[in-house]
Amino acid sequence: MKKLAKAKQQPRSLQQIAHEDGPKSGEVWELRLYIAGQTPRSVAAFANLKKICEEHLQGRYNIEVVDLVKHPQLAAGDQILAIPTLVRKLPQPLRKIVGDLRDTERALVGLQLRPASSE
Amino acid sequence: MTCGYAQQSQWSPRLKAITMKAGTIKASGKKSTANPSLPKAPTGIQGLDEITGGGFPRGRPTLICGSAGAGKTLLAMEFLVCGAIEYDEPGVFMAFEETASELAQNVRSLGFDLDELARQKKLVVDYVRIERSEIDETGDYDLEGLFIRLGAAIDSIGAKRVVLDTIENLFAGLQNQGILRAELRRLFRWLKDKGVSAVITAERGEGALTRHGLEEYVSDCVILLDHRVVDQVSTRRLRIVKYRGTAHGTNEYPFLIDEGGFSVLPVTSLGLQHVVSEERISSGVPRLDTMLGGEGYYRGTTVLVSGTAGTGKTSLASHFVDAACRRGERSLYFSFEESPGQLIRNMRSIGLNLEQWTKKNLLQFHSSRAMFYGLEMHLAIIHKVVNEFRPEVVVIDPIGSLIQAGNSRDAHTMLIRLIDFLKQQGITAFLTNLTSGGEALERTDVEISSIVDTWLFMRDIELGGERNRALYVLKSRGMAHSNQLREFLLTPDGVDLLDVYVGPEGVLTGSSRMSQEAREKAAAMERQQQAELRERDRKRKREALEVRIEALRKEFEIEEEEAARVEVLEVTREKTVNENRQAMARSRGADVGNGVKASRKASRVR
Repeated sequence: MKKLAKAKQQPRSLQQIAHEDGPKSGEVWELRLYIAGQTPRSVAAFANLKKICEEHLQGRYNIEVVDLVKHPQLAAGDQILAIPTLVRKLPQPLRKIVGDLRDTERALVGLQLRPASSE
Repeated sequence: MTCGYAQQSQWSPRLKAITMKAGTIKASGKKSTANPSLPKAPTGIQGLDEITGGGFPRGRPTLICGSAGAGKTLLAMEFLVCGAIEYDEPGVFMAFEETASELAQNVRSLGFDLDELARQKKLVVDYVRIERSEIDETGDYDLEGLFIRLGAAIDSIGAKRVVLDTIENLFAGLQNQGILRAELRRLFRWLKDKGVSAVITAERGEGALTRHGLEEYVSDCVILLDHRVVDQVSTRRLRIVKYRGTAHGTNEYPFLIDEGGFSVLPVTSLGLQHVVSEERISSGVPRLDTMLGGEGYYRGTTVLVSGTAGTGKTSLASHFVDAACRRGERSLYFSFEESPGQLIRNMRSIGLNLEQWTKKNLLQFHSSRAMFYGLEMHLAIIHKVVNEFRPEVVVIDPIGSLIQAGNSRDAHTMLIRLIDFLKQQGITAFLTNLTSGGEALERTDVEISSIVDTWLFMRDIELGGERNRALYVLKSRGMAHSNQLREFLLTPDGVDLLDVYVGPEGVLTGSSRMSQEAREKAAAMERQQQAELRERDRKRKREALEVRIEALRKEFEIEEEEAARVEVLEVTREKTVNENRQAMARSRGADVGNGVKASRKASRVR
């Protein structure tokens, strides 16, 4: 509550809100990784994702891997075009990160685990 | 150039095929697939199949580019819907701009029921949403997701046709252009390998066909749609920029988007190979038929009526239409000046009930202001309506208005195309043209007088304080026609033609003609009366003469009687004298001759 009062005095960016409130709220993160077959890129993406989650969201995340080769009908639901795509279902708002998550910093920004501007 | 010409002349048999009716499109499609050059996927769009020689390349991607509002999405959608309905080729519409329900709504006005087609498994509309703000990119990726989606959609209904509208939106959603371009190249390759006929739409770019250079990847067939506004009049045009492996029309063709969808009009001059007819059809005015060799116009020819304002051109046109409808033929009346209601009302005043024909669907009016559309558009509309209604008679009233829709050179070209088109169809065209008073009368504003077959000319004759209408046949190809000027009367029973008075007083019409006729009648009557008078006079004289003759005869008779009496007296006297002498002689005893004696005896007998 104290923090909220403080926030009123000083406007914060959405990223800051997410950064400060999101991960600390104890909420479970629902992540979905879309891949198409066991390609090196998919494998790399999954590995990178796992690493990030272990570091930043330990014990508070679920990763669902959707293989579009096996379930092509699922592509439309999340408007998937690029592979691999990571979708943050929860917490809201929905975020999508395309690519193999090789760039950890950008991935963290994309997941709003870190503000866009480095502090 | 020569190639293009040869192409045009080849169209004439094909044109017949499209003009028949939508139901026979299949037939024309078959014809084009029989073309060994390249397999085609017919679009089912009127006219487009003609200029592409049968449709888009089968199993290859086609790029449709154009500025916003040029009709790209509609063309693509019609390609799919026609394919699904008429050619049994299911299609996938991948929409990057509009949602499926928006699309369905947009094309419902054209009579396309996307939901129903989707239920019948003939069409899949897949909306792909790309929200830049939601997407971050880290590292390598590809568009396999799109491929899988498209592949799944294609496989779900066994699609033969695919539309990607507008795939360029990917450029807005994804940052990595390098990946995107590589993936697009792969996508088009993949579509080819799938063997689907794909249509890709793209926004027109500055100085290039597309904003993102898609023409680099799609090189089989590129079609450019243009929506251009000249003098505040817009015209849609279509051009085939390239089409590998096919001879195609290279011109810009106007096209229409209306309630019937998309239609392209191959409005090049069709040349002069049309079949001529020996049949004659009535002009609707018996006396005019008499002037035209007794039988009227030839069927399938072009009749032009020109004249100054208010000379009765429209009335003559209406008579022609009325006569056609009476024969049970269909007529189309394009009016650029009057609304159908006004025309019907006005023609009722000269005893023509055109409404009965519109009710029987023998007559259709199409009224529009000439400046409302561009020339090409007018031509396109006329083509379209003619192809739909299949009339035997077409009236365009007046052609001069079309100049307002363009310049006169364009109008000229357009009219030649139109006349060629109508002739090709064996339709009798009736054109009216307003000649303004100040100009040379025997010319048309659009200079088409040389290509019409029959030219009737109507003029005012101003005489004796009134204007009267007169008509003559300026030319009429292939028939003996009258060289006489006729007075043209609009009576409550229709148009009537009268001989004008030609005499020492010159050509007289109207009241002058009537008064002259009255004068002549009076003069004739007077002559007759005088003759009668003379006759009576003669009779009287003869009678008088006869009376005199009788009197003379009587006189003579009297004289004769008198003479006879005198003779008797004379004889008696002589006898007496003789007797006396004989007596005297006897008394004297003289010897007297017998002759004397005898004569005396004769007188005595008497």
